[in-house]
Amino acid sequence: MTLDCDVVVVGAGIVGAACALRLAERGEAVVVVDRASPAGGATAAGMGHIVVMDGSEAQLDLTVSSRALWREHVGSMPDAVEYDPCGTLWIATDEEELATAEVKREVLRARGVEADLLTAAAVAEAEPGLCGGLAGGLRVPGDAVVYQPGATRWLLQRAVQAGAQLRPPVAVERVGDGRVALRDGTTLRARHVVVAAGGQTAALLETRALDDAIRPRKGHLAITSRAPGTCRHQLVELGYGRSAHGHAAESVAFNLQPRRTGQVLVGSSRQYGATDASVEPGVLGRMLRRAVALMPALAHLLIVRTWAGFRPATSDGLPLVGPLPHDPTVVLAAGHEGLGITTSMGTAALVEAIIHGAPSSVALAPFAPARAMAGGVGA
Amino acid sequence: MKRERTEVLVVGGGPAGLAAAEAAAGAGRSVMLLDDNPRLGGQLWRADVRDAQSPHGREVDGRRRRLAAAGVVVRMATTVIDAEAPTRLWAHCADELLHLHADRVVLASGARELLLPFPGWTRPGVFGVGGLQALVKAGLDVDGRRVVVAGTGPLLLAVASALRRKGAKIVHVLEQTSRARLARFGLGLWRTPSKLTQGLSLMLRGGALPLRAGAWPCEAHGDPTLRRVTVTDARGSTSTIECDLLACGFGLVPQTRLARLLSCEVDDGVVVDALQRTSVPNVFAAGELCGIGGHEKALVEGQIAGLAAAGQLRSARALAGSRRRALAFARRLARDFALRDALRRLVTDDTIVCRCEDVPWSHVRDHTDARHTKLTTRCGMGPCQGRVCQPALAYLLGHGPDRPRPPLRPVPLGVLAELRTTIEGTAR
Ligand SMILES: Cc1cc2nc3c(=O)[nH]c(=O)nc-3n(C[C@H](O)[C@H](O)[C@H](O)COP(=O)(O)OP(=O)(O)OC[C@H]3O[C@@H](n4cnc5c(N)ncnc54)[C@H](O)[C@@H]3O)c2cc1C
Ligand SMILES: Cc1cc2nc3c(=O)[nH]c(=O)nc-3n(C[C@H](O)[C@H](O)[C@H](O)COP(=O)(O)OP(=O)(O)OC[C@H]3O[C@@H](n4cnc5c(N)ncnc54)[C@H](O)[C@@H]3O)c2cc1C
Repeated sequence: MTLDCDVVVVGAGIVGAACALRLAERGEAVVVVDRASPAGGATAAGMGHIVVMDGSEAQLDLTVSSRALWREHVGSMPDAVEYDPCGTLWIATDEEELATAEVKREVLRARGVEADLLTAAAVAEAEPGLCGGLAGGLRVPGDAVVYQPGATRWLLQRAVQAGAQLRPPVAVERVGDGRVALRDGTTLRARHVVVAAGGQTAALLETRALDDAIRPRKGHLAITSRAPGTCRHQLVELGYGRSAHGHAAESVAFNLQPRRTGQVLVGSSRQYGATDASVEPGVLGRMLRRAVALMPALAHLLIVRTWAGFRPATSDGLPLVGPLPHDPTVVLAAGHEGLGITTSMGTAALVEAIIHGAPSSVALAPFAPARAMAGGVGA
Repeated sequence: MKRERTEVLVVGGGPAGLAAAEAAAGAGRSVMLLDDNPRLGGQLWRADVRDAQSPHGREVDGRRRRLAAAGVVVRMATTVIDAEAPTRLWAHCADELLHLHADRVVLASGARELLLPFPGWTRPGVFGVGGLQALVKAGLDVDGRRVVVAGTGPLLLAVASALRRKGAKIVHVLEQTSRARLARFGLGLWRTPSKLTQGLSLMLRGGALPLRAGAWPCEAHGDPTLRRVTVTDARGSTSTIECDLLACGFGLVPQTRLARLLSCEVDDGVVVDALQRTSVPNVFAAGELCGIGGHEKALVEGQIAGLAAAGQLRSARALAGSRRRALAFARRLARDFALRDALRRLVTDDTIVCRCEDVPWSHVRDHTDARHTKLTTRCGMGPCQGRVCQPALAYLLGHGPDRPRPPLRPVPLGVLAELRTTIEGTAR
């Protein structure tokens, strides 16, 4: 049987783009297929916060290694990526959150991630727009912000320069046994197929055992008109962890991002159960009230646009990265929930290690798709 | 957040909205009419600040009095920014959020002018035709200024003569449509006897204005303020005219964002049936929003929509004949002032197409859809949210409209933070 290429990457979101680049640079003949223009899925809807998160050991491993990979490109990223090393300032609204901040600092430092506790006065000095009465904060200076559609296109351009081929938009119908069936009737054959189709991944597989593994978790965002200097760091309340890892049907948390244009991106909400991407006034209102509570001056800024998107969420908060137990030609790279911009880089490194059987600095096991399959591991 | 309840809610206070409100109130309904402008009357009748006694000023005054007598609540400077459901709208007024709950909604949000980019069109001194007209009504002095009016449609002549009444020297009216089509349009006017067409035939016949058909501007020069305009025609001959102001308008496009937010079906305008019902139950639409046809079409459609929204279907149907005539006129407008292909080729690589974000044509010309263009180039991401560049790109590149997102106009965050669900147990 003749192969059309070494690897087909399904999905040109940020995860697919990062995988395509990594594999193409490794010398693989790569074909990238997406049903629409690149970076139009969850990637277009999110915030581009590159952030170290410590929800679990594996999450910490993946975010730390990913952040380091992003930082390798500082200086070589084009303007369109809008990389801004603004750092994260985690805000503690009370003593309990400050205690969380202290723990977080220790956890990050143990991994060599710089993190400084800030007193309430130091927080006020670092971010004068914040309200009074805060307990303190934790500054993580190595975190950053990117404009993720720009970053995705940059990754794809480099992949193409390294020899990858980006097909004109066409939907994939089925993936399995080294084959990719396209809506236009063509079948592509490859040694490996990387499925990076975000929330749509399970539907493309022959097995139904992963159908419930990735659930859409809706998120709302709002963007202001230009108001440079409103904030200097990505600002996130420590209570965000509760929102992110909790399983409440609906929650909002203060999450503010300075954009290079001088605009402020205001987030965020988390909701299970919603399937329609329309902006929900009730949720948007709650999210904005939280924002004004922590930064009163925001009330006067104009909101020019709001939108909502879906994070592809798994039940343990970790992406599915690895081969299907019964079909090792199919390698999944999906389910990155609210961290896919950050972890796209580390995911691509995992995928490369898997496909080449090479050693990986990040343990592979916690990400193996088998853990999420209905009917028991590997069934 | 303040909540208000009404039977019929009319969005837009131009001819269509005014007629709808009056008709619905006449049928005994409680009616609220709102408009984002501080002054009532819409694009055409909005009063001139220095001349309240103009015919338009008197028209609006008379209507305002009749609405007041019928108990219609009129809210000016109030903008619909979001919807919870098709008949539950949020509006923004003086830093307050209003939640408006109606049984029926009549959309009469009008049109905006199509501005096509060409080299120099962003210079100070170059305006939209309607934009300049609005500025003059708001007090801008054009006395003694040399003005070129360019683009297409009856609006050019209407605005040119209005400017001349204010003392402007009209150097040229450049109408892109050919002399033959213009003549065909002029001949057709006798079939639509009305105030509007009388005025137009007078202007067309009288030759009182320096009208040149089959010509259009291809570059505006200045340093940076406008000094000269280069004009071209179908044979490709060019000439350069000195002027102080250039007013351009390449026709009107229905302002459908609110209708699309409510999920109404839209093609060239909002799709309606003979009773002005949209594809969404309890939502009606009237006027330029449903297709460009001038204020007489807006008036009859508004009246039908108001009656139908009030449940007076028989009276609404009785107006079918006037509606048919108005639609026939609208079709002639569309046919005789269709834009010529040459206008698609005026842009050059470095012509700015999105003024808010300074995006040049070279960045957008190879993109095939609006959303992707926006994500890639920031075109349409600025404060106007694509109100100017999206219709232009729809014409130049065939882009469909991007999905409208709230707020429909920029709103202070503190106001939007007042949004709260009022419908229990639903997602929206
Ligand atoms: C509100 C919000 C805020 C966020 N903030 C952040 C943040 O600050 N930092 C961070 O790191 N992450 C953040 N995220 C998460 C991040 O956006 C996602 O994890 C990430 O974009 C996932 O990328 P992806 O490539 O897996 O998926 P996608 O971007 O959805 O890409 C999947 C691609 O597959 C294609 N596809 C699907 N089905 C088919 C098919 N049948 N055939 C062909 N192609 C197909 C789609 O068209 C799409 O392009 C946020 C997300 C949201 C919603
Ligand atoms: C710029 C311009 C100039 C024009 N000048 C002339 C002229 O000189 N002579 C002529 O015969 N015709 C003119 N027209 C044509 C004119 O539009 C019609 O003849 C007539 O005014 C149409 O009436 P209408 O009620 O459909 O819309 P309009 O008169 O346009 O009324 C719509 C109203 O709705 C309001 N609105 C829109 N969206 C919202 C919202 N979300 N919330 C609240 N309010 C909203 C608008 O501000 C506006 O006041 C002009 C059109 C335009 C666009």
